[in-house]
Amino acid sequence: MLKWSSLLLSAALLAAPLSGCSRFLYPQLSAQEGGAASGAVLNRVKTRGRLSCGVSGNLPGFSYVTQQGEYNGLDVDICRAIAAAMFDDPQAVDFRNLNAKERFTALQAGEIDVLSRNTTWTISRDTSTGLEFAPTVFYDGQGMMVKQDSGIKDLKGLQGRSVCVQTGTSTEQNLSDQMRKLGVKYTPIVFEDDKATFAAYQQGRCEGVTSDRSQLVAQRSALPNPDEHVLLEIVMSKEPLAPAVRNNDPQWYDTVKWVIFGLIEAEELGITSQNIDSFANSEDPVVRRLLGTEGDLGQGLGLTNDFIARAIREVGNYGEIYNRNLGPDTQLNLPRGQNELWTDGGLHYAPPFR
Amino acid sequence: MTTQRPRVTRNTPKFKDLLRDTRFWRVAGQVIAVLLFLLLVILVVDNVIYNLRALGIQLGFGFLGSQASFDIGETLISYNPADSYGRAILVGLVNSLRVIVVGLVLATILGLVAGIARLSNNWLVRQLALVYVETIRNIPLLLQLFFWYFAFFLQLPNVANQITLPGPTYLSSRGLYLPWIQGGTGAGVWLLLLALGIAGAIAVWRWRTQVMQERGVRGNQMLWALAPIVVAIALAYIINGAIPFSITLPQIVDTEQIEGGLRLSPEFGTLLLGLVVYTGSFIAEIVRAGIQAVPQGQWEAARALGLKSGRIMQSVVLPQALRVIIPPLTSQYLNLAKNSSLAIAIGFPDVYFVASTTFNQTGRAVEVMFLIMITYLTISLIISLAMNLFNRTVQFKER
Repeated sequence: MLKWSSLLLSAALLAAPLSGCSRFLYPQLSAQEGGAASGAVLNRVKTRGRLSCGVSGNLPGFSYVTQQGEYNGLDVDICRAIAAAMFDDPQAVDFRNLNAKERFTALQAGEIDVLSRNTTWTISRDTSTGLEFAPTVFYDGQGMMVKQDSGIKDLKGLQGRSVCVQTGTSTEQNLSDQMRKLGVKYTPIVFEDDKATFAAYQQGRCEGVTSDRSQLVAQRSALPNPDEHVLLEIVMSKEPLAPAVRNNDPQWYDTVKWVIFGLIEAEELGITSQNIDSFANSEDPVVRRLLGTEGDLGQGLGLTNDFIARAIREVGNYGEIYNRNLGPDTQLNLPRGQNELWTDGGLHYAPPFR
Repeated sequence: MTTQRPRVTRNTPKFKDLLRDTRFWRVAGQVIAVLLFLLLVILVVDNVIYNLRALGIQLGFGFLGSQASFDIGETLISYNPADSYGRAILVGLVNSLRVIVVGLVLATILGLVAGIARLSNNWLVRQLALVYVETIRNIPLLLQLFFWYFAFFLQLPNVANQITLPGPTYLSSRGLYLPWIQGGTGAGVWLLLLALGIAGAIAVWRWRTQVMQERGVRGNQMLWALAPIVVAIALAYIINGAIPFSITLPQIVDTEQIEGGLRLSPEFGTLLLGLVVYTGSFIAEIVRAGIQAVPQGQWEAARALGLKSGRIMQSVVLPQALRVIIPPLTSQYLNLAKNSSLAIAIGFPDVYFVASTTFNQTGRAVEVMFLIMITYLTISLIISLAMNLFNRTVQFKER
């Protein structure tokens, strides 16, 4: 008897947490968790009072932890801007480090509210992985890094050589496509972990290592002798890096989308975290609408009208974010190139705030 | 004389009595347990389907047919990025099986040697085996793999300064290049006939052993068993008219490349070495325990018959120890097969690695995970089945 009762008890204990997420016992809850209901995530984040944000965590310039234990980088600042727009507090973010493989599952399962992790916007991810991509925050392209003394000048020089690649990215497929086009036979050495990828490259397992150009520059800065490594003058693909949210929640998607557009629009209008107060009495209706002193654009999203003003004041506009993390004053010193505003010949363009 | 009043309740059992009946509870307990288990399964499956539907994701294996468009560094069967995901996973499976099969053989040999060495009379041999077993057994395999990969294989000299061993065999951080046998046309027929020949040889060996035991005449098993193999080779030569095998030697093409021969990549080498050394240490303990389980009297009896210690181990002790060794050995074999999935850490494209790349690119988490689970389950069950059959042959025959 004792044996059976203990068995029943353990089975019941086992069933309890599982049934907790089933629609049988808690239909209304699971509908919310499922994300089908519009505005579910926005309400959840508001109730929680904190944003949960998935980042890479070890990519200088995009998301990494400083020696003081602070998260820093472009991807991180996007999350901080969303938190500032919602709660007027850029610190109201919980960061979660995710590798390339975990990221989509974590988002799908609702463990994070937004994925801000140098993720390339592709049609298959947009359509079949249940994701929705916010505007591109960084226009990148896949590159190839080789050792300076190897004498390799282009992809053809990699004939019969090995190339280190990190799996779980579109990188692997781009490389394969390019090499197939050129008829170059090479050996991919594929790792799951980016640390292992670059460690193997550094140890000489591969003649080349491929990744997004920004990431190569970032990783090169972490190698012992950065000058010994060069990026080939090629761009293998378009890599628009964009934050992502889950499908089927238009209200939350709009929030993330328009906070990012707001950062870009603010740069275009010349509004920075330093001078934002001087715009408080601006007569320009475009500025007034963006900062929420006129109209009710924020309310349409379920936020306050001054949500962009909050984000700018706390985190800065897109240009400030770029310069702080990737600009000439940083170790990475990435030229802005395509990441200029459209008005300066770049690709960043925000639809009108009206 | 008093008459006993008949009990009425006995013929009409009540529900209350049923509750007190232990036989009822024995059955009811099992039924409830099964029901609860089914409920659990239904909840999980329902939950998965519901959540997937909420995300707008369809279940199905159609994606296996679409183009993979990623490259695989090491392939035994032909593959190019235009092939399907299904083909890519098959390439991974073949890679896995290669490392598992070679690993099982080598780990068994290493384990057997180390296990016997643990009981050696030679102090140095005994202590060396002890240090090996105790060190390797207690360090996680993942760490060992990283160690072999980054601290051993990648530290070998580069191709320009590679180590040349007689053969010619080249050893560098790009891998090990060995002379190897290459099969031409008709190699299949040869291999088939050779396999038949070996099977025949085993049968003949058994027959001669039986003859020897029953009639007490010399068996000459070796000579007799050779006959079917010779016949098979002769037949194959007559059919083909030529020997379809040649030896390819690795040749240095330019400063960075070697062509021909058998190439063992650092990734394959790391995984194989890691699995063999790690599993070997466990097998050594199992072998030691098995040998020690054979009663001391068996040694003494064999010595009294004048047998040498090597012969005693081979003919008297090991056959008896096998009864104890095989069941835990099966577990170690299964562990080796499953641990091969750690290949993902060091970049060897085994089935788990290729499948998880597929999962990444297609987003088909549920289907791919299901596929991987079925694959490992099948491999494990096959190993288990083979070992159980073997186990049956070495157990005591009770008549």
